[in-house]
Amino acid sequence: MPDTHALVNDFLNQLKKRKIEGSKATAKLTAELLRSVISQQRIPHTNQAGALIQAIKAIGEQLIAANPVEVAVGNIVRRVLHIIREEDLSLTTASIGGLSLHPMSDDEDNVDPDDLSAAAVAAAARSTLRAPSLQTLLEGVPHSAPLHQSSSSAATDKNSRSRKLKHHVIETVNELIRDITTCHELIAEQAVEHIHHNEVILTLGSSGTVIEFLCAAKEKKRSFRVFVAEGAPRYQGHTLAKELVARGLQTTVITDSAVFAMISRVNMVIVGAHAVMANGGVIAPVGLNMVALAAQRHAVPFVVLAGIHKLCPLYPHNPQVLLNELKSPSELLDFGEFSDCMDFGIASASPLLHVVNPAFDYVPPKLVSLFITDTSSPCAKMQPKARYALDCKD
Amino acid sequence: MDSRRAPRTVIDPKVRQVGFFAPPDRSQSVPLLQNSNSPPSPPLSDLSPSGNSLSPVMIPPPRHLSDLSSRAVPVGFPPNRLLSPLHRFSGESVIPVGSYNPSEFASPSVGDFFEEKNAQSPGPRRSRGVGGSGKFASSLPAGGFELPPEVKPKSLTTVSVVSNLQPNVTEKVGEQSNESQDGRGANSKPLKEKTSKAERRALQEAQRAAKAAAKAEGNAGSGVANSVNTKAGKASKAPVQKKDNVSVAASEKRGGERMTDKDRKKDVPHPRMQFDDTSRVEKAKKRAVVKQTEVRNRVELFRHLPQYEHGTRLPDLEKKFFRLNSVHPAVYKVGLRYLAGDISGGNARCIAMLQAFQESIMEYSPPKEKALNRDLTAKLNSYVSFLIECRPLSISMGNAIKFVKSRIANLPLTLSESEAKTNLLSEINKFINEKIILADKVIVQHAVTKVRDGDVLLTYGSSSAVEMILLHAHELGKKFRVVIVDARPKLEGRLLLRRLLGKGISCTYVHLNGVSYIMSQVTRVFLGASSVLANGTVYSRVGTACVAMVANACGVPVIVCCEAYKFHERVQLDSICCNELGDPDAILKVQGREEINDLKDIANDENLQIPPTSVPVIVREFRKDQILI
Repeated sequence: MPDTHALVNDFLNQLKKRKIEGSKATAKLTAELLRSVISQQRIPHTNQAGALIQAIKAIGEQLIAANPVEVAVGNIVRRVLHIIREEDLSLTTASIGGLSLHPMSDDEDNVDPDDLSAAAVAAAARSTLRAPSLQTLLEGVPHSAPLHQSSSSAATDKNSRSRKLKHHVIETVNELIRDITTCHELIAEQAVEHIHHNEVILTLGSSGTVIEFLCAAKEKKRSFRVFVAEGAPRYQGHTLAKELVARGLQTTVITDSAVFAMISRVNMVIVGAHAVMANGGVIAPVGLNMVALAAQRHAVPFVVLAGIHKLCPLYPHNPQVLLNELKSPSELLDFGEFSDCMDFGIASASPLLHVVNPAFDYVPPKLVSLFITDTSSPCAKMQPKARYALDCKD
Repeated sequence: MDSRRAPRTVIDPKVRQVGFFAPPDRSQSVPLLQNSNSPPSPPLSDLSPSGNSLSPVMIPPPRHLSDLSSRAVPVGFPPNRLLSPLHRFSGESVIPVGSYNPSEFASPSVGDFFEEKNAQSPGPRRSRGVGGSGKFASSLPAGGFELPPEVKPKSLTTVSVVSNLQPNVTEKVGEQSNESQDGRGANSKPLKEKTSKAERRALQEAQRAAKAAAKAEGNAGSGVANSVNTKAGKASKAPVQKKDNVSVAASEKRGGERMTDKDRKKDVPHPRMQFDDTSRVEKAKKRAVVKQTEVRNRVELFRHLPQYEHGTRLPDLEKKFFRLNSVHPAVYKVGLRYLAGDISGGNARCIAMLQAFQESIMEYSPPKEKALNRDLTAKLNSYVSFLIECRPLSISMGNAIKFVKSRIANLPLTLSESEAKTNLLSEINKFINEKIILADKVIVQHAVTKVRDGDVLLTYGSSSAVEMILLHAHELGKKFRVVIVDARPKLEGRLLLRRLLGKGISCTYVHLNGVSYIMSQVTRVFLGASSVLANGTVYSRVGTACVAMVANACGVPVIVCCEAYKFHERVQLDSICCNELGDPDAILKVQGREEINDLKDIANDENLQIPPTSVPVIVREFRKDQILI
């Protein structure tokens, strides 16, 4: 326990001080942290999943509070909770299956009510884990089926089950981490469907996903050019351009102000996102709202690449303020330059000069044409409205 | 041309120094600047003029030569520019950057309206001081340069050929061609159209021969590097029309320099030169006075635009200052300032150019056998082509040139030389006063009614008209806040920010990317424009369209302020078809932060369009005779 405390505090500090760059890194670190918490956690014999869930929830709340803007943290916490419940359920059903040889016998009268109830519970829980479909809705199964440990489970199985639960959970969390790490490849596989020959692509700032996406298309011998808007004040566009040039793509760096000028000659805008909210809105690096508006005006498809760890079930209320961070004004104005102007104030004693440096932009869902993510499910590409179909529950 | 003037007295070298070398305190700041590469060189504000009275908290900004005017070099430019002697000119010639200082023109009705913005250099303005320096500069070629003797024979040979074809034309055939394909200097005479192809080819051959001869002599004559072509170009100044065709047509303004004769079809805009055609580009380059190097990597999309690297020729041109006798020194200086980026903004550039023209007209005396107006027009054309090579003309400048030329053409022939000159000078003054100063006044008076108490006004970059509106509204006592949106690479908003802060207006400074964030707080958007085109499109600094678009999306009214003399009858659909390319290195270098880049292709736009749908209101002066002449 002391280990996990130290780890958790460490991570909390990093989050608070915004030391971790990027949602992918944050997601990965969160997942790893939760994994170590789970492995260290001592769980009672009864209601194991519940205990785990409690522990994860407590830590998760702390993590989310440390950096509310970084929604990937919350996403991962919720996914881990989901994993725990899922694993628990699967174990439950497996044990139930082992206990009763004929869970669904022809002879309805002989069926053990316990088994039935347990089976029903299992079925209900399973259905809640699946995406809501017409079938589940018509079956009338309540969504918020309580999870009970079946009392009919044999005591002898408990120990093994406890070990198994943790084991399974950690395995699945490992899978999750692997997914996070390899989200780029899965997304990049779909590049060929979207980038064809003689295309001109516009992007802004820098995103690892976008780099992989473009390079995958290049490897398939698609010919295209890339305009990179530099993305002030961080100027990440420069690093992206350098990277692309190193990989042999013809790149042109433009200033953000030239985006509107160039977009008429562009076939597609491909950008990465910081987070995707439940309504399909995108939290993206600053400047992308402008690009999205320009793209809409010129009828250019605006494609957002987002790993699954960026999909957030929250609804953005006032995202410009609540889900935004204001960074240091020194990136815009050098203090030394304007120090002589700073001394003057108006009668209300507020300073004359404010400098605003937001970190993120909110792009409303109507401006986004397409999301591309790395789910292994068949619906690998989603329209914003279809986002609701994802199972990412609390 | 200058060789035909009466030789001027050679002025004492001491006097020459005054014009060319900085006052002692300035030069000391230069070595400071050489060492410091990364810290920006900000302008000194009016509030701490001496620089010694800084409080201990403040970090003293490094001073540099352009400090004299409160408008200074935009901070984005590399410091090596500041070492040029050009900037020492700025001490005496105070043409403010970014916003012109209308109080220079001392029209009493206007003077009380505009404040004296420049506390540092009151009184003596550039006009007379430069005149003095201009005089002795042009005296130098009289003394033993190898160039003038070369000019004569070449111009003679070409003249002889030209005069066969077009007997009405003087050897200063300047001018306008409507077609860039048509190499013959379009004269205002319909004779031009009758010139057959064979004759034109003969003329071309003769000129080529003349150039080759000049080249040979040029090689022998001087060892100046890369001067061969320029010398040939200068030597064949007489067939200046070719250069004019090519470079005039290359500028942004379309159908730019009008024929002096109104009989010409004046409403048909001719196709501009497209720079894809390498043969034409080569021809243009050979004639260029300003030798610009090619951009390393040409962006495919912009191949039809002139691909120049700005500013690299500055030291070279400065060296040539004494020897460039074909261009008046005042014009030369203005051209260099354009090249260096000292003067920017439609109004400032136009006024600077007109003042330079005034200078040159004052000192101009026509040769005995030539008519004043044609000779002067030809000379003006050569000046204009020089200015174009420094930086493509803005639409305001184009319209002003049209005006001047029409005035020259309309001069009654009975006037004596001095009368004609005074007439012209007063006409130019009238133009400046009416079309620019008074126009701005009217704009401001109308626009301040749109500013209410509690408003949050957003503006982009640095526009002189908008700045005047804001200052006037502040003087009227309205309570409002200003949001200044700035963008790379020029970062002009900083200058505006400094000026507004100096006046006590509360400002918020945002980068262009953050405009969506701030737009929710904004009540009105004021934008300036370089021009308004015939279909209502606004042609302005790159990035303006983004601001207008976001404002439109948020339902914020957008008001564009543009003087009527900047209106133009051409049409443009997007920003690619006609534009001005800027310096690619300006994108590479992020001032204050070292980003190492070796990028393959770089694109850079100067001007940008706003489509008409985003701009619902155009505020301009109300005048009956809108488009001039």
